[in-house]
Amino acid sequence: LSAPAPRAVNVDLQTDAMLQVDISDALSERDKVKFTVHTKSTLPNFKQNEFSVVRQHEEFIWLHDSFVENEEYAGYIIPPAPPRPDFDASREKLQKLGEGEGSMTKEEFTKMKQELEAEYLAIFKKTVAMHEVFLCRVAAHPVLRKDLNFHVFLEYNQDLSVRGKNKKEKLEDFFKNVVKSADGVLVAGVKDVDDFFEHEKTFLLEYHNRVKDASAKSDRMIRSHKNAADDINRIASSLYTLGTQDSTDLCKYEQMLSLDFTRSCLHKIEARIAADEDLKLADLLKYYLRESQAAKDLLYRRSRALVDYENANKALDKARAKNRDVLQAETSQQLCCHKFEKISESAKQELIDFKTRRVAAFRKNLVELAELELKHAKGNLQLLQGCLGILKGNT
Amino acid sequence: MADTARDAPPEQTDFHELEDGEELFPEPATTQESQPASLAAEDISTNSNGPKQDSLFDDDPEDLFAEATEEVSLDSPERDVLLSDGPSPAITPITPPTSVITPRIGHTHDDMFTHSSFDEIEEEEGGDSFDIHISVSDPEKVGDGMNAYMAYKVTTKTSMSLFKRSEFAVKRRFSDFLGLHSKLASKYLHIGYIVPPAPEKSIVGMTKVKVGKEDQSSNEFVEKRRSALERYLMRTVKHPILLKDPDVLQFLESSELPRAVSTQALSSAGLLRMVNKAADAVNKMTIKMNESDAWFEEKQQHFENLDVQLRKLHTSVESLVCHRKELSVNTAQFAKSAAMLGNSEDHTALSRALSQLAEVEEKIDQLHQDQANADFYLFSELLGDYVRLLTAVKGVFDHRMKTWQKWQDSQMLLQKKREAEAKLQFTNKPDKLQQAKDEIKELEGKVQQGERDFEQISKTIRKEVSRFEKERVKDFKTIIIKYLESLVQTQQQVNKNISYIFHYN
Repeated sequence: LSAPAPRAVNVDLQTDAMLQVDISDALSERDKVKFTVHTKSTLPNFKQNEFSVVRQHEEFIWLHDSFVENEEYAGYIIPPAPPRPDFDASREKLQKLGEGEGSMTKEEFTKMKQELEAEYLAIFKKTVAMHEVFLCRVAAHPVLRKDLNFHVFLEYNQDLSVRGKNKKEKLEDFFKNVVKSADGVLVAGVKDVDDFFEHEKTFLLEYHNRVKDASAKSDRMIRSHKNAADDINRIASSLYTLGTQDSTDLCKYEQMLSLDFTRSCLHKIEARIAADEDLKLADLLKYYLRESQAAKDLLYRRSRALVDYENANKALDKARAKNRDVLQAETSQQLCCHKFEKISESAKQELIDFKTRRVAAFRKNLVELAELELKHAKGNLQLLQGCLGILKGNT
Repeated sequence: MADTARDAPPEQTDFHELEDGEELFPEPATTQESQPASLAAEDISTNSNGPKQDSLFDDDPEDLFAEATEEVSLDSPERDVLLSDGPSPAITPITPPTSVITPRIGHTHDDMFTHSSFDEIEEEEGGDSFDIHISVSDPEKVGDGMNAYMAYKVTTKTSMSLFKRSEFAVKRRFSDFLGLHSKLASKYLHIGYIVPPAPEKSIVGMTKVKVGKEDQSSNEFVEKRRSALERYLMRTVKHPILLKDPDVLQFLESSELPRAVSTQALSSAGLLRMVNKAADAVNKMTIKMNESDAWFEEKQQHFENLDVQLRKLHTSVESLVCHRKELSVNTAQFAKSAAMLGNSEDHTALSRALSQLAEVEEKIDQLHQDQANADFYLFSELLGDYVRLLTAVKGVFDHRMKTWQKWQDSQMLLQKKREAEAKLQFTNKPDKLQQAKDEIKELEGKVQQGERDFEQISKTIRKEVSRFEKERVKDFKTIIIKYLESLVQTQQQVNKNISYIFHYN
């Protein structure tokens, strides 16, 4: 399966010197997806103005992690990493379908197969979009776009030999996270002098939790909808079989016809609704879930820096009092101060940008969702009324 | 009440009061095949003149009803006497008139009825158009604890001359319905009439109600049952023959009904029924019928397929109802969540938009919930009804096979007797010979009757099947239309709500 041409990006692109990144193509192989990252740039450090490389998911993760681990970027919201392409569920369903081929009619089989393929395609498109959004955010960020790793990622046309983390590293990561969250709790307790940040902290915490909740609930809602749609499918094919079996005299023929209509009617309605909601709302929520987590991480880093700064201050005072290692304490304090201020400054801007982006994205998506729902609602109504007309006409 | 609508068919000669085949109970040794084809003379009530009936019954001296039927006319209160109380000997005789009819145990003679009888009844239909509407309402809990039961009000509105009044209501309980069905089944099933099955017993459901749990699920249960009972009665009276049955009429009209005790699940009658069902199943396997009529074979196959399809459809619809309920719960939760999100968003416009989204979702949720209810009552229940109806249909086909078998058995027996007689010709035993000749004569009569029975049941089944199919197509179409209409309504509501959110931005 390969994705079609570049799709609209729902993130504001603030480009001065030209750097445009997109995923022009993607190929799905057995258990991995190969993305073709296409770059157009006027930046001097690239050899050409336009070029493409093939990247896999692990390489995106490597890039993201390199940002996170880079102290220089402590003051920025690191764009969240794209989620791993997950075709397992879809593949399983396809397999089950293949196994159950004997037990259902040919008609049912082709229909279900078509649907599963459509589902697969939808997941595929989504994962491509997520990866693309990540790259675009990086490209749009005034500081991150200059990152060396990023340029290597974009340009180096060989395999980056980035292997996935092995067990030991994964365990290390796990412990790091535990420490971080424990620390986060401690650090969160420190009241911030700056009103702006204090407000942001409370806001983000609450927002993040609620987005998480909303995202989970929307997922459940969509799953229920899909289940209902599957049932409708089964009902539709049963009705169809009933209708075809009965075609021995005229009235039964009509019955078959009307049942057929009913079936396509119901099917279109239910399946459409499920797809729309999925695309718009759930993706939006999931994305902002990750972004708000990234923002929280930024705040955490800033608070950490603040704590370090305060500790350095205390150490300096102690050193001055004891009149020992004063120079050392002074340099360390200055470093901390510098770090903290740098982070604070950029963090402020980042958080303001975050808000702007968020509002814009939600607004755009909600409007699109409403428009789509309205269009389908009108369409469904027409479909239903048409169906009714036919059925009643046959009486 | 004017009887002019009904012409007493002059050609009707032997209109006998026939007996029920419930001899099975006192004679467990007899096989199914020995059950005579019998029919309660519900038709008696349609005859206009009482006296005319006397002549009809003279031929059958052993008919206990001969006495009772003399006074019968539509206006006669003694009509209530004419109840077939054969099927359930366990009925406690509450009303004295019924005790006139003592359990006719041991009478296994065949009664004759003409082929023309049923045709004529159906022709009479033309005179009085089918206009009857029954509703079951006001479920009311009577009594306390484990002896409690639900009483339902059965209201009949009709303009048919069959009834004394045009609108009347009685109180009935669930076991009354079951009793009615069991009586009708014993009278009509084995001559080929598709008797609509009664709603199923539900020990769990009823126990909850008895115990007094006033919650959502027990209310739903009562409502489900009420609706099922209403459909059951409507289906029963739609059948032109069943409508005229005195049991049905009594059920609808009389204020007191003898308690149908034998319908209890764990009674001895219930156990006997189970044993009989098992015996039936075994017998069915051993009967090998030469089907001379392709129509029957085709129809049987058709019903088998239909059964499979309907069951599948039923499971899918039930599953859909379940998922819709889930969906509505999840939508509600999501709506709340979105509202919270809107609250925490400090950008006011976005906050408002999100809250609106939440509101809309909530409304949609409610609509989905209603849709789920609509789906359930209409489609799923109907499918369940039809699955059960098909069992009755298959039963009718089985009875035809049994009738055939009986006929064949009589023929074989006749053959044997003839051979025996031939042998006896050569011996010098005149009395034995005479006995053999008598037996042969009797058997010849039986064989003829068997053939007639078989032809009759085949004819009846054909008519019934065509009526059944017409009803089925009609029912399904109506249901689908209703379902689509409710979908349209829901969709219209949803559309209204969505345009609100759209106006916003």
